[in-house]
Amino acid sequence: MEQPLTKNIRPGEEPLDLKAYEQAGGYQATRKALQGMTPAEVTELVKDSNLRGRGGAGFPTAQKWSFVPMGDDAPRRKYLIANADEMEPGTFKDRLLLEGDPHQLLEGMLIGAYAIQAEVAYIFLRWEYKLAAERLTKAIAEAYGAGYLGHNILGSGYGLELHLHVSAGRYMCGEETGLLNALEGKRATPRSKPPFPQTSGLWGKPTIVNNVETLCNLPHIINNGAEWFKGLSHSQDGGTKIYGVSGRVRRPGTWELPMGTTIREILEDHAGGMRDGCKFRGLLPGGASTDFLVEEHLDVKMDFDSVQKAGSRLGTGTMIVLDDQTCPVGMVQNLERFFAQESCGWCTPCRDGLPWTAQILQALEDGRGQPRDLQRLALHTKLLGPGHTFCALAPGAMEPLQSALQYFKEDFEQHIREHRCPWR
Amino acid sequence: MATIFIEQRPYEVKDGQNLLQVCLSLGINLPYFCWHPALGSVGACRQCAVKQFRDDKDTRGRLVMACMTPATNGTRISIDDPEAREFRASVIEWLMVNHPHDCPVCDEGGECHLQDMTVMTGHTYREFRFKKRTYRNQYLGPFINHEMNRCIQCYRCVRFYRDYAGGRDFDVFAAHNHVYFGRSEDGVLENEFSGNLVEVCPTGMFTDKTLKQHYTRKWDLQTAPSVCVHCSVGCNTIPGERYGTLRRIHNRYNGEVNGYFLCDRGRFGYAFVNSDRRLRHLLLARAAEQPGRQRIGPAEPTTKEQVLRHLEGLLSGSAQVVGIGSPRASLEANFALRTLVGPECFYLGMSETDCRLIAAVLEILHNGPARSPALSDVALADAVFVLGEDVTNVAPMLALALRQAVRRKPMKIAEKLHIPAWDDAVVREAVQQEKGPLFIATPYSTKLDDVATQTYHAAPDDLARLGFAVAQALSPEIPPVMGVPDEVRALAGRIAQALLEAERPLIVSGISCGSEAVIQAAANVAWALCGNGHAAELCFTVPECNNLGLGLMGGGSLNAAFKAVHAGAADTVVILENDLYRRADAAIVDAFLDAAQHVIVIDHLATATTSKADIVLPAATFAEGDGTLVNNEGRAQRFYQVFVPEGDVQESWRWVRELLNAATRPEGQSWRNMDEIVAALAGTIPIFQGLPEIAPPADFRVAGQKIPRQPARYSGRTAMWAQRNVHEPQPPEDADSPLAFSMEGYPGQPPAALIPRFWAPGWNSVQALNKFQSEVGGPLRGGDPGRRLIEPAAVERVPYFVTVPRAFQPRDDEWLIVPLYHIFGSEELSILAPGIAERAPQPYLGLNPDDVTRLQVHEGDELELRVDGTACRLPVKLMPTLPVGVAGLPASLPGLPGIALPAWSKLRPGNADTVGAKR
Repeated sequence: MEQPLTKNIRPGEEPLDLKAYEQAGGYQATRKALQGMTPAEVTELVKDSNLRGRGGAGFPTAQKWSFVPMGDDAPRRKYLIANADEMEPGTFKDRLLLEGDPHQLLEGMLIGAYAIQAEVAYIFLRWEYKLAAERLTKAIAEAYGAGYLGHNILGSGYGLELHLHVSAGRYMCGEETGLLNALEGKRATPRSKPPFPQTSGLWGKPTIVNNVETLCNLPHIINNGAEWFKGLSHSQDGGTKIYGVSGRVRRPGTWELPMGTTIREILEDHAGGMRDGCKFRGLLPGGASTDFLVEEHLDVKMDFDSVQKAGSRLGTGTMIVLDDQTCPVGMVQNLERFFAQESCGWCTPCRDGLPWTAQILQALEDGRGQPRDLQRLALHTKLLGPGHTFCALAPGAMEPLQSALQYFKEDFEQHIREHRCPWR
Repeated sequence: MATIFIEQRPYEVKDGQNLLQVCLSLGINLPYFCWHPALGSVGACRQCAVKQFRDDKDTRGRLVMACMTPATNGTRISIDDPEAREFRASVIEWLMVNHPHDCPVCDEGGECHLQDMTVMTGHTYREFRFKKRTYRNQYLGPFINHEMNRCIQCYRCVRFYRDYAGGRDFDVFAAHNHVYFGRSEDGVLENEFSGNLVEVCPTGMFTDKTLKQHYTRKWDLQTAPSVCVHCSVGCNTIPGERYGTLRRIHNRYNGEVNGYFLCDRGRFGYAFVNSDRRLRHLLLARAAEQPGRQRIGPAEPTTKEQVLRHLEGLLSGSAQVVGIGSPRASLEANFALRTLVGPECFYLGMSETDCRLIAAVLEILHNGPARSPALSDVALADAVFVLGEDVTNVAPMLALALRQAVRRKPMKIAEKLHIPAWDDAVVREAVQQEKGPLFIATPYSTKLDDVATQTYHAAPDDLARLGFAVAQALSPEIPPVMGVPDEVRALAGRIAQALLEAERPLIVSGISCGSEAVIQAAANVAWALCGNGHAAELCFTVPECNNLGLGLMGGGSLNAAFKAVHAGAADTVVILENDLYRRADAAIVDAFLDAAQHVIVIDHLATATTSKADIVLPAATFAEGDGTLVNNEGRAQRFYQVFVPEGDVQESWRWVRELLNAATRPEGQSWRNMDEIVAALAGTIPIFQGLPEIAPPADFRVAGQKIPRQPARYSGRTAMWAQRNVHEPQPPEDADSPLAFSMEGYPGQPPAALIPRFWAPGWNSVQALNKFQSEVGGPLRGGDPGRRLIEPAAVERVPYFVTVPRAFQPRDDEWLIVPLYHIFGSEELSILAPGIAERAPQPYLGLNPDDVTRLQVHEGDELELRVDGTACRLPVKLMPTLPVGVAGLPASLPGLPGIALPAWSKLRPGNADTVGAKR
């Protein structure tokens, strides 16, 4: 089984420096792309590979790029941004790539930036990722030193300026347009679309924001071709995926596996199944803002379309497992409190609806729940749905709640009936 | 035009609008908070949700925000859709989660948009059972009260304050349901337009602190359409009165003038009407009746009969009477005085310099090809050259319009990206820091410099030379300016280029520099652009509310009046609403008043001048009488009496009419009401012949009814004076206008010039304005009130000015003293409002640091300044942008003597005891 993304990563050890990375075949893709391919050919290749964005939404990467104005009269400067603001609860896949193989990200960014002919690239890094910041800083300096960044890279005539920006630390900064505002030094409130960042992004100029894992795939696609990339996958979507599991399993962690590996395989073969004394009750397949899946869904393939068909989203592909020793109401309360706290405060339903939701759940946990609370919660899952709020934060927050109300209804009712949390 | 369907009914709507605008323009009620017609859409509050359908087969539809959805051809929406209604009610419910239940004690109650919208959506029962979040409030200065708990986070305040008005000391802080709108720390809101927060805020988070000091409910305010008297822009206002006290000023929308906003001087400067310095009774000096008397002591209260008898004796003889008019009095008052004394004895009450400059401005506007723009046109200019004016301090709302003008050119970026202009946040993201060309050339740095492309600070003559150089770069007919430094010539080239590239170039200048050359240079630039086929506009500012009206009427200067009296041409002087000590040297005014045998002063305030009068006739302020003012654009606008004052107070023109009667002159007989004196004015001076048409006549009625000044809910009518008399007094008659001092009358919308307040069923807040406009953001129904008196001439040959002043030469031992204008302080009436006085600076003398070094003094040390025998001692303030050899003196600050500027003065380390005037 090929594991292109993680092949250079040795847990617990320093990442490959520039020389070692080059010896492992690094920057060959850069050479190939910049010296032998036009930007359009790079985009075409990525399109053929069926690479879909790994940040959560699964939007086809090449299609995203295709909206960027190209040619001599395109607005300048253009920007490519690596979204490394990995703040989705339960998600730690990008951290592995950032800390484990920073040059791989830089190379991916180079290829992406070349494809859209961006002059400037930023890595927008989560504030808490101190180690990643240190390693990226070193890698960037090495890349500049070796001429992989700066003017006229490898004699191609193409140049790229690359900066590391460490976020101030808000969940909203991970939202594409909130990120752009944050990067401009403004409040991390989302922007209205259209226009999309591809035409009016950072500083009002054409901008692509791609997830770290998405970008890390690019050198391998360039090196090995689209067919190879599609062949890595068990499903329609090309490539491998870094899956993760947290919760009361025997071996929590992350693994690079073929896209479309089933939940059961990830959970049982890689995470080692549930810990002794714990029974599986459900899981959030791709971070906190995805719907619960339960026992009946264990054979669902972890790819974008299959998970969607099962009623949830692949999201980041890093699952949080709920066991029978944990109160589902408490778990959802924890998540809703997080989302309420991370609301930027821009639109009414999110700003005032989420804290109310969290307060109701807290009341349930404290034994102060009332029967009509369940109606209010259900109402909020509807009223805070997609299209009603300014961005996807509140609809995302409603996903675990609405599915918990569906799958764990009896637990909610028990809290109200018994005026207590049965797990306390 | 586009056809859209609302509840399956087709409507023809204008292109390029969003659904909320369209619905409101169609008169359909749709609740909203974050959208504001002047600020555009941002989609934050989610209150205006409607159901949109793909086509006529789509029955499910989806919720969209009306304010964020373009009304394109074929758009199908439902406002009544149950899901949309439920969502809108839920938005109110969420907003109410934290909004306090304090409507009964909230200043906003009764004119609260949040109340209105809550009722409109039908949210009545609060299900939320947890604690509300609370905030600490801030002290924000004398104008604005902060009550953060009431905030519903619509973001309008911060968008207005920062994005629209350019303020920097107010922002939004924190996040989630604890966002905070305020300053980083307690303190006075610095921006000159902060008062608009009161109207921009949809609820009681920001309220008028001056109103709070004498609070009354909106529905208990008697109001009338009015015009601001605190600068030359002529913003339309709605003053409100209760119990004989003026309580507040609200904006009165005029699409061509002030739009939705006012400046803080205009909004909070009203307290002079209630001031202790008000004159409310006739005053007659004790010794005045004896001929050849020495005036001793101030005039004392007396009866009208006694005064009239005295006046008869005074005026019926053959004595020549000199009249001194006023740029802060109405056209009617000035015309009445002019009639009394005859045009040859009517003087404008302004200094020689001001008279000359205003005459120059009028001549340029009359005889040249450049048009003076309305304020709404200013905001549409895409390249601006300001020559000599500190716009923010002289004509504040003009500065606000210029802040919008710099957004015009960059708007092209948004257009290219197909972003509609109303999509405000998106436009700003696309446009970023881009600003259109705005070049500012002034004697010192101004507040508007922050949005300027480039600034140039120089002495007035050098400013004029820059202007001439720009004009010369535009037209070969203008003589070259010799000896201009290369960098100034390069700047002139850039300015000329930017103006040439613009579709709507605008030149802003005025009389603040006291330089005719500056005005002429500005005219040359505008005319040269016109000569190149550009529709260049030329906007002049003048300091007072009726400078231009008075200029159009014509008459000699104050100095000419002094001369006439000293030459024995007259023995009686009638001074109209004018404190001469503000305009001329005290010794000269003293000599003048002493030389006059009889001094009659008509004014509403006790001034140094009234204290020297034999007879003082108490005049009505703008709130107590009707009148017409001509603003800096040349637009004549009518203001109406708001309430009937106590005491002997009446309009100045009515006092003059009594003087005419006392003199047994016939003219006054026909001036029985406002219409008649306006007709007389229109018939006498041709430029004013259109005046009768600017407002409906006094006998105008709608459905046989007058327009009530009091709202239908006006309370306490039978009780408010019961301590005096249990019988309800008869409401006073108003012979001058179709407005009534009553709550009875026509309840619907009157003609635009007569709108006493904005109210519509279900719309109790200022947002009711939408119902009065022909379309949202457009003119008032029937057209915005006011009438332009001056239009550019069709000239065959442009009368360019060809005399270029010589470059400014600093002198060894003298400094050129130029006026420094202060929005708070430089205007005579508003400074009597305690809040304005608090914001006014202490007198100072501004100097370039190099000059300070040369004078061997330090900042804060005192220097003595002496002009024409008037001296004053002032602390030095460093002003690095003032040119060397030029000193700045705050214009018309209380405590400073009346010195006609610019003037040359020696500066010496002071040795007198007191700061301020010495005689």
